[in-house]
Amino acid sequence: MSFLLSYLTLLLNSISQNNQTMNELLIKLAECIEFGKINLASPYPPQLKGQDGADEITRKALDAGVNPQDILTLGLMPGMERIGIKFRENKVFVPQVLMSAKAMSTAMLHLKPYFLSGAAKQKGTFIIGTVLGDLHDIGKNLVGMMVEGNGYKVIDLGTDVSSAKFIEAVKANPNSVVGLSALLTTTMVNMEKITKDIKDAVPGTLVTIGGAPVNADFCAKIGADNYSPDPQGVVEYLNEKIA
Amino acid sequence: MSKIIQEIQKGRVLVSDGAWGTFLQKKGLKPGECPEEWNITRPEDVFDIAQSYILAGADMIETNSFGGNWFKLKGYGLEDQVFELNKAAAEISRKAAGPDRFVLGSVGPTGKLLLMDEATEDELYKAFKDQSQALEAGGADAIVIETMTDLEEARIAVKAAKENTACEVICTMTFDKILSGEYRTMMGISPGEMTESLVEAGASVIGANCGNGIADMIGIVKEIRQVNSAIPILIHANAGMPHYCDGETTFPESPADMAGRVKEIIEAGANIIGGCCGTTPDHIREVHHIVKGL
Repeated sequence: MSFLLSYLTLLLNSISQNNQTMNELLIKLAECIEFGKINLASPYPPQLKGQDGADEITRKALDAGVNPQDILTLGLMPGMERIGIKFRENKVFVPQVLMSAKAMSTAMLHLKPYFLSGAAKQKGTFIIGTVLGDLHDIGKNLVGMMVEGNGYKVIDLGTDVSSAKFIEAVKANPNSVVGLSALLTTTMVNMEKITKDIKDAVPGTLVTIGGAPVNADFCAKIGADNYSPDPQGVVEYLNEKIA
Repeated sequence: MSKIIQEIQKGRVLVSDGAWGTFLQKKGLKPGECPEEWNITRPEDVFDIAQSYILAGADMIETNSFGGNWFKLKGYGLEDQVFELNKAAAEISRKAAGPDRFVLGSVGPTGKLLLMDEATEDELYKAFKDQSQALEAGGADAIVIETMTDLEEARIAVKAAKENTACEVICTMTFDKILSGEYRTMMGISPGEMTESLVEAGASVIGANCGNGIADMIGIVKEIRQVNSAIPILIHANAGMPHYCDGETTFPESPADMAGRVKEIIEAGANIIGGCCGTTPDHIREVHHIVKGL
């Protein structure tokens, strides 16, 4: 009897220790995403030098039996959310967000097979592109990375994207949300036609817009559904509408 | 001909030119069209822009070569014409400027992020070297590396121009006012950090362009002067930030608005004053009047 109790105690302790280890891994992973710690070899950021990065920790978490969905939801997403908020508050800038995105995409390489097999699911699909006539892409890339890090599949159509190309992507990905980016006042105007064309071709498609010259008034005027001044805003809009 | 920094050392405040991009658009440049190609296909229109600023009283004019680097031209299939397009740009401005006014060869960002391995440092260096040499061949006195946000890219451009031409090297970055009221480029660089680094890299003149009307440029000049009291400062201010309304883009700050703050920006420490997006020959004319009268 006492042997059984000792055995059960040992078993429960080891499960709870394993859970603690799994939890610790997820907390550490979120920290790596937030601070852009890609892997052990990377010297950035200085305060995490010599420690495992997103690469190693994701591998260890999978090996320890952590559910890939949990890795995404409890490890990656909290880290991306924190950096997204800091970016909105001007506490960090583009390079820091890019390092976080690099850490996240390194982690995602380990998770990709689980998404492909359906073992893990993304919350929805987001199609993004810089509009016709405009070649600027840094803002679009930041939004794409942050949306992916918050659990969505992102289809990036690149720059100088026509209505036809957006519509093709929407038809191939039902129930996706479209994001339009522009940096110039002269190309921003193309958002009106593109928004109309998309909604004519696939009624009910939600369109969110962004870029330096864009604002909420312009969004209302052209019949788009949302304007966000920063990537975190796009994430929040998608969470509201899709997830 | 004397150098720009010699004129500044004599105590002169110099007047630079105004916008090129918005001026080209007014002349019919379409979104998605290559501006630099006009140096070969529509040189009279380019010359007209250059001459307008000379007639308005500018001591120096830029060149229609902002996107004339290999990376940007590749997007139009014109990467084999880096030399021709940049040389032509400088020749046109040289013709307008005559022998007595300065020609600043404009060099803009490549659009490639080093941090994302979109290009290597060597590739950037080569692109800036080729562009600078072509501008010098066309008659540029100085190379003005502008609208930079990444400090590493800016340093590479400064070194490429300095090490491969006899031109004076000017470098300006684009700052945004952040929530704290301070100024940072989108890559997080402050005016103070820019100054120390670019002076070390070999720039003779530093400053800011775009992103701000003249009021915020005054704040940026003050931040620069906090770390360096001597380096010549060039400012190219927007005519405010663009408004889009019913199919038209307007810039809110008039020539009088801009001229009204010129004395203040000189007192803050600016040595060369010109305009960026939305400014016109009328803006430069008003600035020139104020500077002449001081």
